[in-house]
Amino acid sequence: MNELTSKEKETNQPGFHTGDGDFHTEYTTLNLGPTHPATHGIFQNILTMDGEIVIDSEQTCGYIHRAFEKIAERRPYYQITTLTDRLNYCSSPINNMGWHMTVEKLIGVEIPKRAQYMRVIIMELARISDHLVCNAVIGVDTGALTGFTYLFQWREKIYEIFEHICGARLTTNIGRIGGLERDFDDEVYKKLKAFLADFPKAFDEFGRLMERNRIFFDRTAKTGPITAERALNYGFTGPNLRAAGVDYDVRVANPYSSYEDFDFTIPVGVDGDTYDRFMVRQAEIWESLKIIHQALDNMPSGKYFADVPEFYLPPKQDVYNNMEALIWHFKIVMGESDVPKGEVYHAVEGGNGELGFYLVSDGGRAPYRLHFRRPCFIFYQAYPEMIRGGMLSDAIVTLSSLNVIAGELDA
Amino acid sequence: MAGITNEFLIERLQSQFGDQILATEMPYGMVTIVIQPSAILDMLIWLNTDNLLKFKFLTDICGAHYPDLIDGELSVIYHVQSMENNVRLRIKTFIPITKPEIASVTSLYSSANWMERETYDFYGIIFTGHPNLTRILNVEEMDYFPMRKEYPLEDGTRRDKEDEYFGR
Amino acid sequence: MTTDIKKSNVTLVDAPDGFKGEGFFATSANKVIGLARANSLWPLPFATSCCGIEFMATMGSNYDLARFGSERMSFSPRQADMLLVAGTIAKKLGPVLKQVYLQMAEPRWVISIGACASSGGIFDTYSVLQGIDRIIPVDVYVPGCPPRPEQIIDGVMKLQELVKNESLRRRNTPEYQALLTSYGIQ
Repeated sequence: MNELTSKEKETNQPGFHTGDGDFHTEYTTLNLGPTHPATHGIFQNILTMDGEIVIDSEQTCGYIHRAFEKIAERRPYYQITTLTDRLNYCSSPINNMGWHMTVEKLIGVEIPKRAQYMRVIIMELARISDHLVCNAVIGVDTGALTGFTYLFQWREKIYEIFEHICGARLTTNIGRIGGLERDFDDEVYKKLKAFLADFPKAFDEFGRLMERNRIFFDRTAKTGPITAERALNYGFTGPNLRAAGVDYDVRVANPYSSYEDFDFTIPVGVDGDTYDRFMVRQAEIWESLKIIHQALDNMPSGKYFADVPEFYLPPKQDVYNNMEALIWHFKIVMGESDVPKGEVYHAVEGGNGELGFYLVSDGGRAPYRLHFRRPCFIFYQAYPEMIRGGMLSDAIVTLSSLNVIAGELDA
Repeated sequence: MAGITNEFLIERLQSQFGDQILATEMPYGMVTIVIQPSAILDMLIWLNTDNLLKFKFLTDICGAHYPDLIDGELSVIYHVQSMENNVRLRIKTFIPITKPEIASVTSLYSSANWMERETYDFYGIIFTGHPNLTRILNVEEMDYFPMRKEYPLEDGTRRDKEDEYFGR
Repeated sequence: MTTDIKKSNVTLVDAPDGFKGEGFFATSANKVIGLARANSLWPLPFATSCCGIEFMATMGSNYDLARFGSERMSFSPRQADMLLVAGTIAKKLGPVLKQVYLQMAEPRWVISIGACASSGGIFDTYSVLQGIDRIIPVDVYVPGCPPRPEQIIDGVMKLQELVKNESLRRRNTPEYQALLTSYGIQ
């Protein structure tokens, strides 16, 4: 803030031009409030601006705090899957599978290979769905609405596949502790093959529309940059970290669910700016398509669930005919399945980074403590540093390129 | 990429902080140590700067409430990881509920800022040295710490859901 | 010479009953205004969480809410007719929602999309508002978690029925004023 000039003190008018080159400016406060069309989520940024340049930003979140961790202390283990759906709701299957794997790690059960491959296919479809939203929305924030309209059409195809597997489009609640609830039938294979045949062409069109587009490049390159050291210090993981140049991916570092069988590369950016984040997500969608191809081609035969009668609901024919299955069904539905005491931390590669589940069990029917390590909550802290010194429009595009999902931010 | 084994990690931690480590175990393959709360900042700085261990990434900070552990009711749990050596470590501390204070690690890791605010918001643990220790997820005016075990999940003032019909 | 006119499968809204003549059409004002209002409802999407993504899918080309007149999504309350509250409303966001509702100009309608907006949904917790009808009057509730886009369109169609048959004087009646005062709105 400049000192008041003598003319301003005399006339008591701020901003009074003295004529000798002394111009007094004031910072304005801009409220990028909780309900704003460009924030794609419910969180507030109060920007301090010098004209068009952003000086600082103060953030408030918690506008959609739903107390997941407190609810989780009261629900039996399989009911928590519906809570995990609503964390990163653009890619709910990844959250579901992550939770199931955490509980399976706690009870120490090994899932058959076929179920693991099916889980991989579902998780990669969810990852594609999440990245499609983010990239379409980066386009919308620069004014390119065409990409949004086209890509959402393809998300409907992914929703149809999820609907056939589990019955729901968005908050899928896919899978069981111990595997999946049903096998992939012919219709799912048909839809998957149709998707894999048609989607690459449309996605390539979107890429050619945006990636080398002069206007898009000028809008997004060098905006919202972050260096690799600062990103690691801020706890970044996922595409935002990979755009800064660090090739850390939970699927490669701590492989789960047979990811070590698949051959895929980790795309890495250079500057950590918006363009790199966009390009990393573009490349990751191509890698996910590769993984789905490999999983479909090498799908092993066998069972799609493990032998855990305490957690895995028996098939309905057995429940109506067999006394033991009836008792297991009753126990599971009433939530009377006990787990061993212990604490476990399991992480999966979510759409935004390392989604971790820290579970403390005291042997009862509900967790004693369940904590979600939510990537959005952790990397959103870096936002003021990323936009400092940039313009307001760059701040908006940076925010959408970070892919902050409000459900994961507040939990 | 040569990693380090869990046993090597435990050995090195014991050699540096022997008397401040109260317990060591390895549930489900992750080294878990319980330390004195006063040692947390020094330990994290040493883990970050040690050129063999290289724990340069703070994965998570969370809290927990164990009402039965007298003089250690509130627990702060740190998860750190070394990406180069591909190993993770869990550090647990227990602090009394009558004086729930522990040093903040925001000077070392910027990601600890909001994680500690969330832990304060839920459990009331005061992180000394934190630049802005205010509530982050709940409303500012809230006067209790909701994740502690004595408080209920539901809002007691709601009128439309009768507790007796919901089996509470 | 006759030309074959291909049968179009676009349905238009039926005209109201009235008296037709050469170059004129007489009907009552509230029918015409009701018709115009019902078929040009501009939504204000107040999308907080998962239902917001389903709402985005409804606005997309597969389900296309724009055919029902909601072509222009207004993010400014002053220019919007209906407030679509989609998603969980936490107690922290309650005052913001009320503020947005107050800034809307009459006539205004509210659709609460999803279980969380209608009644708190699966989140019966200390931090979630158990239904937005605690703070603002609601016209249509669309249940679901999240509701399918077809359900959201059904909700909008029900609102269109309400709007078409609403009396022009409704906003000035003492019952409506009493409704607003019960929510603390002047």
